[in-house]
Amino acid sequence: MPTMNIIQAVNDALRIQMRADDRVVILGEDVGKFGGVFRATSGLYDEFGPDRCIDTPLSEAGIIGTAIGMALYGLRPVPEIQFADFIFPAFDQIVNELAKFRYRSGGQYPCPVVIRTPYGGGIRGGHYHSQSPEAHFIHTPGLKVVIPSNPVDAKGLLLSCMRQNDPVLFMEPKRVYRAARGDVPADDYTVPLEKAAVVREGTQCTVVAYGAMVHECTAAADKAAEQGISIEVIDLRTLLPFDIDTLLASVKKTGRAVIVHEAPKTCGFGAELVASIQERAMEHLEAPILRVAGLDTPFPYTLEHEYLPNADRVVDAVRKTLEW
Amino acid sequence: MRRVLSDDGTVLPGAKVPDISDDDLVALFDSMLLVRVMDERMMRLQRQGRLGFYMTSIGEEATHYAVYPLRPTDWVFPSYREQGAFFWRGYSIQNYIDQLYGNANDPVKGRQMPVHHSARWLNIVSISSPVGTQIPQAVGAGWAARIAGKDDVSMVFFGEGTSSTGEFHVGMNFAGVSKAPVVFVCRNNGWAISTSREKQTAAKTFASKAVGYGMPGIRVDGNDILAVIQVAQEAVDRARAGDGPTLIEACTYRRGAHSSSDDPSVYRDAREPEEWARRDPVNRFRNYLKERGLWTEQAERDILDKHNEAIAKVQRESDRTGPPPLESLFEDVYETIPWHLREQRDWLLSQPRVKSPHQH
Repeated sequence: MPTMNIIQAVNDALRIQMRADDRVVILGEDVGKFGGVFRATSGLYDEFGPDRCIDTPLSEAGIIGTAIGMALYGLRPVPEIQFADFIFPAFDQIVNELAKFRYRSGGQYPCPVVIRTPYGGGIRGGHYHSQSPEAHFIHTPGLKVVIPSNPVDAKGLLLSCMRQNDPVLFMEPKRVYRAARGDVPADDYTVPLEKAAVVREGTQCTVVAYGAMVHECTAAADKAAEQGISIEVIDLRTLLPFDIDTLLASVKKTGRAVIVHEAPKTCGFGAELVASIQERAMEHLEAPILRVAGLDTPFPYTLEHEYLPNADRVVDAVRKTLEW
Repeated sequence: MRRVLSDDGTVLPGAKVPDISDDDLVALFDSMLLVRVMDERMMRLQRQGRLGFYMTSIGEEATHYAVYPLRPTDWVFPSYREQGAFFWRGYSIQNYIDQLYGNANDPVKGRQMPVHHSARWLNIVSISSPVGTQIPQAVGAGWAARIAGKDDVSMVFFGEGTSSTGEFHVGMNFAGVSKAPVVFVCRNNGWAISTSREKQTAAKTFASKAVGYGMPGIRVDGNDILAVIQVAQEAVDRARAGDGPTLIEACTYRRGAHSSSDDPSVYRDAREPEEWARRDPVNRFRNYLKERGLWTEQAERDILDKHNEAIAKVQRESDRTGPPPLESLFEDVYETIPWHLREQRDWLLSQPRVKSPHQH
């Protein structure tokens, strides 16, 4: 089994699906000959040519708008937005058009577009190369939002996304693009959407995360174990629609929960998870659910390590729920 | 500006008349009359409080028939003032009125305001209220056709106000660069609600914008159906041959209000629409048909009677048709209904029914 990082796993998934289905086209800024600024589409231009691996003019609204038209016509476009921070010029096309096409056409026009975009901080990127805008899109009926944390999931989830018929925002945690390595099956496989993974079993507190934060949370579980605390870590993987069953099963077992994300705290996805658990499992909770999140400031450059959640802050939050 | 007919409908000296069969000429006239009759009747229904909203295209009907040169496999991305394009491609009176009512037979299941049609079976894409969003989408569809090895063409309609939006420029640029088989039809009707054409652009013409995107821009008399069809045919041929996109500026005038919620007397001189009525596209086309011996008073009366009867019959049925089933609210958000929507559906179905405050 080859060892891959997330970038290679994404590239592998794209290649497999482009070979399997000639309706699959990639489009975006610099995705062609150059292979993308993170090299996620590397080699695809050479194998599939300029009609299936398309360098577009510079416009996010144009990339998503044309991808929508391609999908309506019958292709399976996989557009790339170079950084999630740049997605907002395409916001209307994603939220009003892409996500709603099936619904507003009375089911006549499915719109299977999978938007790939790198997101998140910790790479010294400052405001415009570090944001985690998932909450804007999780608030959008009709869209699916998927975030892998490791190469095996990245490949299997992306293949699942490209093989279903709803629009997806596939956000890639660029901070661990290369750092998260692992053995990845070379062949074709899928990881199911809408299913969370219990990545670390534990008994005293459930910690829920996704993307790069999963790695902080497993580190937190290690640190907590040294202090005699047993943490269960859940990697959500699909954020919309999220896997409520796995969350509830875990919280009912541990009686406590901490939600971790690097996006700003206020109206972040953590708030939704807290509310959803609380609505269904109030009587199983031994303490309030806490959130460890990014700050409600714009994303900073120099002090980004202070802005971002880390393992110590997760352990602190877990201790607070245990001591409550 | 391309013209074939004079304001009174005679062929202009030296003008080349497009090659359209007698049957099609009559059918085009028939369809134009349907648009006009429909507009008048639906506007009346709206005023009676039986429709929530309506938009007419009185005086602009000829522009709709830019779709005439298209094949059924070609794609149309309309805005909200191209009723004739729907009818010409086969959208029925029944489809049309059911959509306005948003009833159980509405092709879009009562999910959109009136005049937001969608007909996948005719390769006509859903109308969107935000203007311009359909422009890059149309480019994508044309581009996709080429990638798929088909020679289908994509035609997109929008008003002159839309040329101020980002997506107009984005779409034109993407089409120019990719040489996608797209025909852009800009319906310059003088007004975007109360904003006049002069406040929309400093450019002398909208067609001139094509230059910046590396494609031809053609101005046509939008009240002259023969000229509209002629330039559309040239643009479609060009696109199909792989020579890329064309921008057509169809110069016409919005004689009515923007919508049933608008009152143009507040912002414009009443003499303006009266003046444009003299260049009415239906009158001009009628006179042309007369000259060709393809029109009689009796024939027009028969057509009008046919449309009026059909509309009255459909309207009675549509009136009686109930709303879409409640659980349909949760369908088509996704291909299959996820747990949180199933939960909300079951909750809603268990609740007492809520009466609509809007009685139409």
